[in-house]
Amino acid sequence: MSGTKSLGRFLTEYAVVIIFLLITVAAIPSSGLSIQYIVQEMITRLGRNTFLVLALLLPIYAGMGLNFGMTLGAMSGQIGLILAINFNIGGVEGLAFAALLGTAVFMGWICGVVLNKAKGREMVTGYMLAFFINGIYQLIVLYMMGFVFPIRSSAILLSRGYGIRNTLNLEIVRQSLDNFLMLRLGEYTVPVATFLVIAVLCVFVVWFKKTKLGQDMRAVGHDMSVADSAGVPVDRTRIIAIIISTVLASYGQIIFLQNMGNMATYNAHDQTSFFAVAAILVGGASVKKATIPNVLIGVILLHVLFVVTPRAGQNLFGSAMIGEYFRQFIGYGVIAFSLVLYAWRARKDAAWSREGLRGSSSGAVPAAAAAGGEGSAK
Amino acid sequence: MRSAKQFVTDFGWPRIIIFIFLVLLFVAAPFFRVRIDASISDVLNRFGQNGLFVLAMVPMIQAGCGLNFGLSLGIIAGLIGSTLSVQFGLLGVFGFFGAVGLSVPFAVFFGWLYGLLLNKVKGEEMTIAMYVGFASVMFMCIMWLILPFNGPTMIWGYAGKGLRTTITIEGFYRHFLNDFLAVRIGDSFVFPTGMLLFVGFCAFLMWLFLRTKTGTAMTAVGSNPDYARASGISADKMRTISVIISTVLGAAGIIVYQQSYGFIQLYTAPLAMPFAAVAAILIGGASVNKASMVNVLVGAFLFQGLLTMTPSVINSALQTDISEVVRIIVSNGIIIYALTRKTKVTK
Amino acid sequence: MGQQGPLLSIDHISKEFYGNVVLNDVSFELKAGEILGLVGENGAGKTTLMHILFGMPVIADTGGFKGRICIDGQEVSFSSPFDALDAGIGMVHQEFSLIPGFTTTENIVLNRESMKPSILNDVFGDRMSILDRQDMKKRAEAAIEKLGVKLDPDMLVSEMPVGHKQFTEIAREITRSKTRILVLDEPTAVLAESEAEVLLKALRKLASLGIAIIFISHRLHEVTEVADRVVVLRDGIAIKDTPVAGVSVRDIASWMVGRSVATERVSEGEAREFGPEILSVEHLWVDMPGETVRDVSFSVRKGEILGFGGLAGQGKLGIPNGIMGLFQAGGVVRLHGKDVPLNEPRTALEIGMAFVSEDRRGVGLLLDESLKWNIAFTAMQIQGKYLKTILGGLFRIRDEAEMRKLTEEYIAMLDVKCTSPSQKAKELSGGNQQKICLAKAFAVKPDLLFVSEPTRGIDVGAKKLVLDTIHRYNRDYGTTIVMVSSELEELRSICDRIAIVDEGKIAGILPPTAELPEFGLLMSGLGANGSQEDLSA
Repeated sequence: MSGTKSLGRFLTEYAVVIIFLLITVAAIPSSGLSIQYIVQEMITRLGRNTFLVLALLLPIYAGMGLNFGMTLGAMSGQIGLILAINFNIGGVEGLAFAALLGTAVFMGWICGVVLNKAKGREMVTGYMLAFFINGIYQLIVLYMMGFVFPIRSSAILLSRGYGIRNTLNLEIVRQSLDNFLMLRLGEYTVPVATFLVIAVLCVFVVWFKKTKLGQDMRAVGHDMSVADSAGVPVDRTRIIAIIISTVLASYGQIIFLQNMGNMATYNAHDQTSFFAVAAILVGGASVKKATIPNVLIGVILLHVLFVVTPRAGQNLFGSAMIGEYFRQFIGYGVIAFSLVLYAWRARKDAAWSREGLRGSSSGAVPAAAAAGGEGSAK
Repeated sequence: MRSAKQFVTDFGWPRIIIFIFLVLLFVAAPFFRVRIDASISDVLNRFGQNGLFVLAMVPMIQAGCGLNFGLSLGIIAGLIGSTLSVQFGLLGVFGFFGAVGLSVPFAVFFGWLYGLLLNKVKGEEMTIAMYVGFASVMFMCIMWLILPFNGPTMIWGYAGKGLRTTITIEGFYRHFLNDFLAVRIGDSFVFPTGMLLFVGFCAFLMWLFLRTKTGTAMTAVGSNPDYARASGISADKMRTISVIISTVLGAAGIIVYQQSYGFIQLYTAPLAMPFAAVAAILIGGASVNKASMVNVLVGAFLFQGLLTMTPSVINSALQTDISEVVRIIVSNGIIIYALTRKTKVTK
Repeated sequence: MGQQGPLLSIDHISKEFYGNVVLNDVSFELKAGEILGLVGENGAGKTTLMHILFGMPVIADTGGFKGRICIDGQEVSFSSPFDALDAGIGMVHQEFSLIPGFTTTENIVLNRESMKPSILNDVFGDRMSILDRQDMKKRAEAAIEKLGVKLDPDMLVSEMPVGHKQFTEIAREITRSKTRILVLDEPTAVLAESEAEVLLKALRKLASLGIAIIFISHRLHEVTEVADRVVVLRDGIAIKDTPVAGVSVRDIASWMVGRSVATERVSEGEAREFGPEILSVEHLWVDMPGETVRDVSFSVRKGEILGFGGLAGQGKLGIPNGIMGLFQAGGVVRLHGKDVPLNEPRTALEIGMAFVSEDRRGVGLLLDESLKWNIAFTAMQIQGKYLKTILGGLFRIRDEAEMRKLTEEYIAMLDVKCTSPSQKAKELSGGNQQKICLAKAFAVKPDLLFVSEPTRGIDVGAKKLVLDTIHRYNRDYGTTIVMVSSELEELRSICDRIAIVDEGKIAGILPPTAELPEFGLLMSGLGANGSQEDLSA
């Protein structure tokens, strides 16, 4: 490969990260925020969001793209928290109770089965499935809790006697994980326990990739039909990937909400997949390839921008709303841009590898040429 | 017997259930003191408001681009046209057709760009369309704030700039189509003749278009791109044309919607509109790669019927506001159903 | 190896698909350490035999087979390819079954990775074991060693030359500790000469280790070079089973294509007069996956039927596809002396050429649309036919009545079995679908018609009808026809000249009355030099 071509490839590979870095650096001074403030915000937001973003990794390895269905996990986590509050289980125990409830396994299984029926368009199907399950979630939480399912604590019910309140106070579990081991470092506070949980998950991901199941997942992600003919149970492996992702997303949502301290019962999960997907893409991941550094870089970059844009908008244009819209535009734009870049490049790569064959001594390798494209998911 | 079975598999259980459900709602309505005439009037009105959006799905489905989750681009073009029309102070017939006329160049331009983009990402059209739509809506949010509009009814009074979230078109072109030849029976039934005529006219044009040489080629591209190519058709060109038509219909659609509703809704309002249109055409019996005029009419009627009847009947029957949840489950359920059906069986 | 019973015996195997006999009482045996060359034309039954050996579901789905397969004298019956693998049969397919993003090692041990148990095994089962990458690499290296070739165990398959992919595939089959029988289906088809030689050497090494090999190849010189014994299949019958020693390539070729019955020429004895040259092709190359054309030159005269034959994958299908602009192509093509721009399907149609594709369902038909559409579409798009103006000339829309008339004409002319012109194309049988494809091409009234594999996948009766139709169309309208087919017999029955394509080039052009072994030799990569002179026959 020639020098200009590899530079071109480098630029397309990291285009999103580079553009984002430039925008962020440009926006920081005009926000007028101090570096100390931004750093503390970053520490808090890393703890709050990283776990959710990590939940996206496995389906990417399994070739199922960005798991927009992770919202199902978020809703499972919320159901867990509602019940923890209901049974008045506070502190870290409450979080553990919510995490171990097991709704997420069931949700993940549903999601996996549906996505297996929509091979080739997992992303849009996952997205719509999140909307659909949102309806079911509302049906259960808003109409059936306290009516079909008994709720002990009347404090969390709507005044009409059934259905959970629109905003749930998570006082008894509020920041219980963050405060479990809070470290003061100069002027910064660091929630060590939260970071430990995230570190454990990272170790798990690294370890998981070395297992037989991890290897099968990679094989399925690269080429379903080859994996199938080698005897790898393709559908089952894909379902497992989605179940793990969904369970991790539910933990991620629990960590997120304990940090926030209260929960918008019917909206808290609306933008979960949007923020997580935008973050991992900003970090340089693509539909087929993602790493733990992608996650960390992405969370930091996206959230620095989110912190500074409203202020920058206020200072530059005299309107905080501009900053607000701008950050949403950036989020959606990054997702659209990454998807386009990826789809476009996949076609380009296929064309390149065919060009290599033209007129050469090799004859029939269409399968290898078509399946080329991305390198391994490291 | 075989044909009945065939009909059920072709049409699909979910659609039959929705149809029966709607019929039951109409039957049950009188028992809960819901006025049938008002309900029908409401359904007709909403049918007219949304008809063009559903119609806009047809060309892209036929050309093999899938469901147009990026319809918001067309809606944005329509919003630009309508805000310009109000800004220029165009009234009545000039207001309405001025808005449409001003929005068409934008729609054609957006549609052309959008079509070029979708040609580069074949196979991933739907996800990308969705996010391109979202991003464009957000970009326009910024634009609505900073573009130099200054009509006093349009901008925020206190800031003296930036467009309002909703702009009334009372006195401009509100009910321009609705009131044209409208038939009023009793005090709660109005037949919006003009609007339905306009929607019908557009549907007729689409019907004609699908029968022209270009329309035929477009359908062939969607049906089998390799066949079309072997017959000398450029798939990319046909797909781009389909996207442009869809976008223009989206633009006209929002203006029809506004004249009936009475307001221009800006900012994040277009975000969810494509989903309703997608759900409607699927309920009408379309699949991800085949749609007909019948699907449009049946779908728009069933879906809007459901939206109208569930709140009034279910809520008064159960004394709750459960209808919104029913809507979410039904409309998204039908989209999932369509996406998970095998579509490439005959290849 | 000593004296021992056969490792594998194929015992009186017969198979029919819907009354169509594909294998008729085939028997042969294979000893450990023996290399068996299996040769035969397309459709001779090689693939079906291998499907039976591997327990492919398609065999059971179509009514099973007669006869027995024995391994070590024990009768076996496989219900899936995995059973066959367990019994020690490995297969290397023509298409690679490798994961491009994986390394050589990962592909070789795919789904048979070495594992170390981990703590989670008890809870979640074996799939939570850790991969033992060192051991995997050791096993891969051992397999490569066994093959006696140079392969980097850490290289990604996507970065390998084709030959290495083929070796990786073979290495994967021999790492199974049980593998005792290895089937290779055209393993050298994608290899360059030098790579093929390395492969043959590797095969002999494997055989010396006691592995029995079934080697399927159309390159007969390779068969005579490497095999101990050769079995020739023709029309489902094992026509010859003989040691290779003393057998020449020419012998095998004549066994392969020899017919007991003489070909029935449709137009025996008819004097043929042709017009001036209508099409000339010089140095054509076509980048069609699996059917690459490298350098082809020929010319066709007006009113002639030119046939292209040759084995699958050699490039004969690429010729019409390239000229019609469906795949990337280069070179010079002239119609009526005027240059034809390549890679523009529309222009190719506009200047009077038409094409009946070999991929009937993929390219030839709009399966979900009516017969009317299928037949009239190309003529409508290219020539503006079957349109009518309405609303005072404002719109031009489809003239359904005219389309119907046209379709009914062809239905009558070609005797298409259908319920009405509005029936959907997917509801017709293969033969009738083929007639619709022909009708589509006829409807544009071409000067030059390409017909590719017109009888593929249709039953015997329909075959004759289709061939007769092509023949009659040529005689009635004087249309020049270029017909591509894998079946030599049908080319010989209606063509005026037959060109045999091998490795992307024309190996030679023969009159249909030429001796069969001549054709066989040309197909086997041994085209006699100088047969290019026949070009302007």
